[in-house]
Amino acid sequence: MKFIKYLLVGILFGIVLTKSEAVSWYRIYEMFHFQSFHMFGIIMTAVVTGTIGLQLFKIGKVKNLDGQPVNLPAKEKGFTGYFVGGVLFGLGWGLVGTCPGPIFILIGAGFWAVGVILLGALVGTYFYGLLKSKLPH
Amino acid sequence: MESIYGTWPWYISGFLIGGVMLLLVYFGKTFGMSSNLRTMCSILGAGKSAEFFRFDWKAQRWNLTVVLGAMIGGFIATHYLTDPQKADTVVLNPHAITELHSMKIDVPDGKLLPDAFTSAEALSDPKVLAVLLLGGLLVGFGTRYAGGCTSGHAITGLSNLQLPSLIAVIGFFIGGLIMSWLLLPLIFN
Repeated sequence: MKFIKYLLVGILFGIVLTKSEAVSWYRIYEMFHFQSFHMFGIIMTAVVTGTIGLQLFKIGKVKNLDGQPVNLPAKEKGFTGYFVGGVLFGLGWGLVGTCPGPIFILIGAGFWAVGVILLGALVGTYFYGLLKSKLPH
Repeated sequence: MESIYGTWPWYISGFLIGGVMLLLVYFGKTFGMSSNLRTMCSILGAGKSAEFFRFDWKAQRWNLTVVLGAMIGGFIATHYLTDPQKADTVVLNPHAITELHSMKIDVPDGKLLPDAFTSAEALSDPKVLAVLLLGGLLVGFGTRYAGGCTSGHAITGLSNLQLPSLIAVIGFFIGGLIMSWLLLPLIFN
């Protein structure tokens, strides 16, 4: 039963992303063309909420479920991987309008065509795994 | 009070997404959707040919459970939290409508995704299939190379004031702007 909480969080995530229309190709198009504040508003509100919440965890006001202080691992220093990988992901996001979360959400919502995107994403992930040691990070 | 059947406002949606990230932190985990793609590759046997996929994927079952939940959430939202009588899903800026017409992409009219990408007819077009595959490929390769996607970098990383995440998010937008402004009109003309 310890997995039920993850299932419920996932359901909340799927509903919010669908009802906010962040899963919509049209909303991503609109965002990249600066034609609506909607997506920027969502990301900014999420980051502000997240920043405040994480600060509360960090100063120890809130402990996690196991009663441990929260310590999120810092990202490794670097530039090339973050930037080049980021640009490549952005090209895909701008083309098919789906980041990884929405890929799964849309398939659940019954958009079978997104299965083709998932197939591509799995192949892309696999290619990265094959090439990892040869890529600059 | 707006109806929950319409488009949820950005401030409620953003707050809830931040909340999802914080709940996972509270459970002792971190929010990251693209990691699941790596896990799925491992389950499919990618570890035979690449060291990157040789890890204990069972430790990621919690995240696969989040994915399953997200799929159920997508189903609930489209089937029970959307009013089919009203075409009020995705009301776009009129400029976007004009641009969609010029690219011959159908306007939302109550839909989340264009028929131009998702209808049975579209899927029999090799060009559309190639676009979906290529887009997926870029999403899969790019997120792993960057070490995260919108959830891991834009939401979690920025909230945790991580410089690498800011670099990645700037990359996301540069890639998206190039695609949306320069390449999309070439692909769909």
